[in-house]
Amino acid sequence: MGGPDQDPRTQLPSGTSRRQLLGLLGAGAIGLAAGGAGGAAAARTLLSRDGHHGDAPSPGAVPFRGAHQAGIVTPAQDRLHFAAFTMNSGATRDDLIALLRDWTEAAERLTRGEEVGDGMEPDNGLLPPDDTGEATGLGVGNLTLTFGFGRSLFVGHADRAAETQAGDPFGLRSLLPAEFEPLPAFAFDILDDTQSGGDLCVQACADDPQIAVHAIRNLSRIAAGRAHLAWSQLGFGRTASTSRAQETPRNLFGFKDGTANVMAEDSSGLAEHVWVGEEAPAWLRGGSYLVARKIQMTIETWDRASLAEQERIFGRSKRAGAPLTGADEFDEPDFAAKLPASGEPVIDIAAHVRLAHPKNNSGSQMLRRGYNYVDGSNGLGQLGAGLFFISFQRSPETFVRVQRSLQPDLLNEYIRHIGSGLWAVPGGIGAGEFVGQALFE
Amino acid sequence: MTSSNLRNAAAVAALSATALLLAGCVPNGAPNATSIAVTANDEGCEVANATGTSGTLTFTVQNDGTKVTEFYLLGSNKLTIVGEVENIAPGTSRDLTVQVGPGEYFTACKPGMIGAGVGHAAFTVSGDAVATTPEEDAVVAQYVAYVKTQTEELVPRVGEFVAAYKAGNDDEARALFPIARINYERIEPTAEQFGDLDPKIDYRKPGAIEEGLPFTGFHRIEQDLWLDRAIENYSQPEKNHYPKDDLVALTPEERATIGDQLVADISELNDKVRSPDFTLTLADITEGAKGLLDEVAAPDGKLPGEENEFAHTDLYDFTANVEGAQVAFDTVRALLVANGGEELATELDARFVDMLDTLAGYGSYEAGFVSYDTVDATKRNELAAKLTALSEPMSRLTAGVVGS
Repeated sequence: MGGPDQDPRTQLPSGTSRRQLLGLLGAGAIGLAAGGAGGAAAARTLLSRDGHHGDAPSPGAVPFRGAHQAGIVTPAQDRLHFAAFTMNSGATRDDLIALLRDWTEAAERLTRGEEVGDGMEPDNGLLPPDDTGEATGLGVGNLTLTFGFGRSLFVGHADRAAETQAGDPFGLRSLLPAEFEPLPAFAFDILDDTQSGGDLCVQACADDPQIAVHAIRNLSRIAAGRAHLAWSQLGFGRTASTSRAQETPRNLFGFKDGTANVMAEDSSGLAEHVWVGEEAPAWLRGGSYLVARKIQMTIETWDRASLAEQERIFGRSKRAGAPLTGADEFDEPDFAAKLPASGEPVIDIAAHVRLAHPKNNSGSQMLRRGYNYVDGSNGLGQLGAGLFFISFQRSPETFVRVQRSLQPDLLNEYIRHIGSGLWAVPGGIGAGEFVGQALFE
Repeated sequence: MTSSNLRNAAAVAALSATALLLAGCVPNGAPNATSIAVTANDEGCEVANATGTSGTLTFTVQNDGTKVTEFYLLGSNKLTIVGEVENIAPGTSRDLTVQVGPGEYFTACKPGMIGAGVGHAAFTVSGDAVATTPEEDAVVAQYVAYVKTQTEELVPRVGEFVAAYKAGNDDEARALFPIARINYERIEPTAEQFGDLDPKIDYRKPGAIEEGLPFTGFHRIEQDLWLDRAIENYSQPEKNHYPKDDLVALTPEERATIGDQLVADISELNDKVRSPDFTLTLADITEGAKGLLDEVAAPDGKLPGEENEFAHTDLYDFTANVEGAQVAFDTVRALLVANGGEELATELDARFVDMLDTLAGYGSYEAGFVSYDTVDATKRNELAAKLTALSEPMSRLTAGVVGS
C-alpha cells in the first residue's frame, strides 16, 4: 500500500475533482493544475481514460446504431461471449426500461472503446470502479453487442405464478408476435436447463476474447438488482462466414460447414430470410429471431471414424470442403448423382449437406453465425467441446423446419444438443433511442 | 471460513486508516507522517524504531530473506490485526501505511506466509488520540454494543448445543447446530479480527487442512453429527486427496475435548469483545457489512452450499449474514444520509427487504429452514440474483459513509 504522499489525488488543488481537472486542462490551464509531477501523472491518466471521447469513430469500431442491430451481418469476428439473463423476480416494467436504457448507454460506450460509467478510476478512491478495466488498452476490436428478448419476457415464468403480474410481468404480452412460439423438442436433445433460455440475451463478438468478456461482465454488473446472468458461453473460431470477404472456416470436426449461408452482401436474401418484415409488430421490424444451440461434439469417437466415414457423414470432402459430387467448395451439390457401380447416391441420403441444404427445405435459409467452444474437459478424459450454433432468421419456423429435416442426419451419432434458446432481436437502434424502445411506446 | 477472509479482515483494518485520511481527519499530505524501516528475513523482523507518534505511520518492509513474507502490526494482545502487508517477495520492498492512535502494539513478520510469525517485537505509539466526530463515535459505540449483545447471546446457545452433543443427544444437537451459529454469523468479520479465533471456531475442513491447523470448531462437530454425509462427500473423486482417518465417529472423550474447546473459544471471543479496549472504526463496520455478503457468495460460502457441506443448513447462515449486514448498515445509515447518500440508503433498504423476503420463503429460525440440498439450481440462481442486487450498492457504502 502506498503512502498518502504517493497518491496523486493529494496533489490536486484542494476541492478539485479529477473531472474538473480535465476541464481545466482542456481550457489550457495546465500550469495551474499540474503543479507537481503527481498532477501531471493524474492528467495523463485522465487523458488516456477519456481518450476516445471525440466524435470520430475509433479504429476497429462497428457503429452501434443503425437500421439493424450490429453483430448480425457484421463480418463475423473471431471471438464470442454469449450471455443469457433472467429478470429478477419482482422486477417491474420500470426496472426493465431502466435496464435497457443503462445497457444502451454502456453498449454505445463499449463499442466505441470507451470505459463504462466513471471509468476504471473513480474520483473517490473508496468506490469500486465503474469499469472493471481489463479491456483498457486493448482497443475496440470490432466489438458488437446484439440484444434479444426471450418469450418469457412477454409471458412470464410458470414457476413465478404467485406474482401479481403473473403471465404478463412487464405489460408486454399483447406485443408478443404470433410466430414467437417456443422451440419444440427435437430428436437427440438432452437439454440442460442451466444452459438454456433466458429473458434477455446479449451476443458480444470481438476480435479479442477479453474485449467480449469485458463487455458481458460490465453489462452483467449494470444489470444487478434488475436482471441476473442465467448462463453464458465463450466461443472462438467462427464457424461460418457472413461476408463473401471471409473464408468458410472449419468446425471442430475439421470440416467446412455452412457454406450455403446468407451473406451480408446479399441484400435481397437478407430481406427475404433474415430481417423481420411487415408481418410482425412494429418493434420487431428490421430485427430477426436468434436461435442459439449448444451442440456438444463427441470429439473422441469422431476422431476414430475413418476419413471415408467422415466424408460420407458430411457429404463433403475434408480438405477442399467440396460436395462429393464436385471439386470446389462452392460447387452446387448434385443430389441426384449416382455411383455407377452400385447405383447408390454419391451424396448419402442422410448426409448432412443434403439434409441441411435449402433445396431440401423449401428454400429455407438462415444466417449462421456460430462459434466453436471448448469448456475444458470432463472427469472421463473427454473434451467438453462442440459448436455454439447461432442463427438469425426471419421466423423461428425456419430453424424448426431445418432442424426437423436433420432428424435422420448421420452426424447425429456424433453430436448432442445440450443448450437451447430463442430470442427476438428488435430492429436497429436509432439516434437517441434505447434498445427495444418501441416496445414501450 | 477461509484464509482469504482473514486477509480481508486485515485489509479492512488497513483500509480504515486510509478511509480516515480521506475523510480529512488528518491533514492531507500528512506532514507528520513517519516512515519506519523494517528489515525482514527468514528468521527475523527488525523494526528500525520501537516507538512512533500517533497518526499516519508507514512501515517500509525490505525482505532480505529467501521466502515470500508478510508484515503485521498487531494490537497489544498480539492477535488483533491493525494492519498487514503481504506477498513481499524476496529482495523487494513494500509499504504498509496505517493510522494508529496511542497505545502498545506488536510488529511481526511471517516468512512463507504461514505459521505463527517471527520476530514479534513491542511497538509503542505515543501522542494524541486520532480525531473523530461525536456522531461517528456514537455510531461506533452503538455498533460495538450490538456486537457485545451478539457474543453474549452466542455463549449460552453454543453451551446448550455442546451440552447436547457431549451427552450424545445427536438429534437435539443436530437441531441446535444451525441455531448456535446465528449470532456468530451475524458478526463474523469482527470475530475474524481476532486472528487466531476464527480458524478455531469456524474453519471448514479444507481450510484447516490447507493451513495445517487442527480441524476444530463448529464444522468439526458438524462432520461428526452428519458422519454418513461426510463419508459420502469425501469419497467423491474431487475430494479424494483429503485424508480419511478422521471420518470415524468421535468417542465421548473426544466429543468432550472438541466441544469444550469450542465453548472456550467462544467464551474468549466474548471476553475480547467486552474488553473496554475493544473498538472498531466506521470502515470496519461498513466493510464488515460488505464482507458478510461476500461470504455468502464465496465459492466455499453459503450460496454454493459449501459452508455447511454435511448439514446443509446454509440458509440459516445466509440469513444471519444478511441480518448482520443489515444491522451494520442501519447503524451507519444516518451518516450516509447526512453525507448526501439518501438515494443509496433507500436502495439498500429495498434490497434488504427483498433479500430477506426471499429467504423467508424457505423458512425461519423458529420454524426451521429447508435443507439447502433441496434448493435447485434455478432457485439458487434467484437467491444469487437478490444477493447481487444487494451487494452491488453495498460496495458503495464505505465511500458514502467515510469517504465524503
